[in-house]
Amino acid sequence: MAKMNLEQLRKLREEKKGDMVRRNVEGKNIQIIVGMGTCGIAAGAKQTFDEIVKAVEENKISADVIIRQTGCMGLCYVEPTVEIVMPGMPATIYGRVDVSIAREIVAKHVVGKTLVENHIYDRPAVDIVKS
Amino acid sequence: MAYKHFILVCGGTGCVSSRADEIYHELIANAEAMGVKNDVQVVKTGCFGFCEKGPIVKVLPSESFYVEVKPSDAKEIISEQIVKGREVTRLLYKDVRQKDRIKLEDIQFYQKQYRIVLRNCGIINPENIDEYIARDGYAAIEKVLTSMKPEDVVAELKASGLRGRGGAGFPTWRKWDFSKSTVADQKYVVCNADEGDPGAYMDRSTVEGDPHSVIEAMAICGYTVGATKGFIYIRAEYPLAIERLKIGLRQAREYGLLGDNILGTDFCFDIEIRLGAGAFVCGEETALLQSIEGNRGMPVPRPPFPAIKGLWGKPTVINNVETWANIPVIITKGAAWFSKIGTETSKGTKVFALTGKINNSGLVEVPMGTTLREIIYDIGGGIRDGKKFKGAQTGGPSGGIITEEFLDLPIDYESLTSLGSMMGSGGLIVMDEDDCVVDVSRFYMEFCVDESCGKCSPCRIGTNQMHSLLVKFTKGQGKLEDLEKLEKIGLAMKKAALCGLGQTAPNPTLSTVKRFRAEYLEHIVDHTCRAGKCKSLLLFSVDKVNCIGCGLCARKCPVNCISGDKTLKFTIDASKCIKCGECFKACKFSAVLKK
Repeated sequence: MAKMNLEQLRKLREEKKGDMVRRNVEGKNIQIIVGMGTCGIAAGAKQTFDEIVKAVEENKISADVIIRQTGCMGLCYVEPTVEIVMPGMPATIYGRVDVSIAREIVAKHVVGKTLVENHIYDRPAVDIVKS
Repeated sequence: MAYKHFILVCGGTGCVSSRADEIYHELIANAEAMGVKNDVQVVKTGCFGFCEKGPIVKVLPSESFYVEVKPSDAKEIISEQIVKGREVTRLLYKDVRQKDRIKLEDIQFYQKQYRIVLRNCGIINPENIDEYIARDGYAAIEKVLTSMKPEDVVAELKASGLRGRGGAGFPTWRKWDFSKSTVADQKYVVCNADEGDPGAYMDRSTVEGDPHSVIEAMAICGYTVGATKGFIYIRAEYPLAIERLKIGLRQAREYGLLGDNILGTDFCFDIEIRLGAGAFVCGEETALLQSIEGNRGMPVPRPPFPAIKGLWGKPTVINNVETWANIPVIITKGAAWFSKIGTETSKGTKVFALTGKINNSGLVEVPMGTTLREIIYDIGGGIRDGKKFKGAQTGGPSGGIITEEFLDLPIDYESLTSLGSMMGSGGLIVMDEDDCVVDVSRFYMEFCVDESCGKCSPCRIGTNQMHSLLVKFTKGQGKLEDLEKLEKIGLAMKKAALCGLGQTAPNPTLSTVKRFRAEYLEHIVDHTCRAGKCKSLLLFSVDKVNCIGCGLCARKCPVNCISGDKTLKFTIDASKCIKCGECFKACKFSAVLKK
């Protein structure tokens, strides 16, 4: 994108805001978000990320799923963390997601619409931008 | 088939011991009995914090947060909420203090954390500027460029009450105002990302998770004070943060948010990254500026303050990462909104890196005025392994220890200073009964000895002298007059050292001597360490009554100083013992004694 002026910035914001609210990027409506700060990566987030990519392909849901990275959520004690945002399910944060839990989350949560036991953690604070 | 509701039952150790398992089974049984088991999934989760109020049950998607739930409440949760769709109000969490504090949004607000600085961390992709923009990113620079004069920005910051988050808490608007009103052909804006205290990683996480918040804030400052050039000084040992900053700077330039004629206006501003080599003293602002200029990182006396005479002798505004990250929000949401959060003298929030002997370590952001008890017990889930809380170190090697009696003190700049500690950059290290305060003080002093730049003698010699005295104590070789000497040197350093590093280096020692004098005296007079940390003071022996003569300790001993047999039992030769503690760990019959 070329340099913007004020008007273009406003337009871009409205457009992208829509994307965030719909949580719908490139026609995909399931988001898997992996925490990839130094802390998450040190705890194995890269392996988790790779495993999710594999599991999504194996379950043949690549057309609906976008896998994204984000920074540290602050839950250092349960890294790596993964958040799933999808229609029909509450946005859920999972912690201590090693490769086997990553598979389980894709199969049970994303495909089966069932929460995975023992790995759910709470979002630490309300979102001040949305509210 | 999909579930309509989800009931989350906290499965943390605290909640499990308070009958969370029973609640879980009761919920399932009731859901079945009432014929709604296909509508609701009951799951056990990880720890939700709030262990003191456990067991915790959360119902989604309604976000009902129930505390102190009993197994007998399960029936009502199912029949009321799942069957009839009504919240069980009597179980909802109520915070008595929350009302007058941060009830800004009309939503149910059980969380103790409030994220302004970390608003985007863990939500956006830090490598994608569009996601930052979508969440009101670069709306502040837009507002400033279209509708605010420089003096309006300063006035807004003044009204917000924002103070520097890097340590001493100097009002941010004053720095900006000094620089703005100084006439110069060139001015600079600097971000201090040289986070160096042991156990602190707030700034790293902020830059890694939301680099654009810092970039945008620096541009706002450039516009306000009339600077065209900015520097981010960050340590080379933060490679991921540097990488994301570079991506962020590149994307901002591509979008015309940095560089010449920003957003089509006359305003020009760009930022360069400068890498530090990881010297603690370079977090001190004058030393940092020296380092950017290419000189050895050593502090220079203030005044003149950098805001008047900084980089290459030009007015320079220097703020740390966390301070910068607050600024875009203050501009977009307004000073009135920001100043509602926090205490009388300290507005907004503070990010802490909560580490040490705590169950849920992590990065937490709380409104100023939150108590240490709330941070440690409600957010941090309490002390690990049910041990007893001993103290919390704030401010790293420049701060002091906060003891149990002050757990309920609202934390802000003033309250921490009054305790002989300081806000520092936000490291918060929790210690339990197994930590020895003399040993901890020795550790911090050793750090300061290593990191002292050596320019002024109070710091160069003082840290060394204090360190050797502390080492003597941990070896049981201290004398009573040494304790006096320790305090004397410390007080002299506070007065005479050139920069913040030297002036605050005695803080951990002085505050522990004050709060734990008895423990220092035990080391000096009785040659004992109650925490068992000072190895020289430990004596390992075998209790002949409990010893069954298995010989496991002798086999584990790396220096072969344990001998004996089945009938004689075993004995440790104290003269050869290196106090490694292997025998103590090995013995299954508690027959090895550590005193």
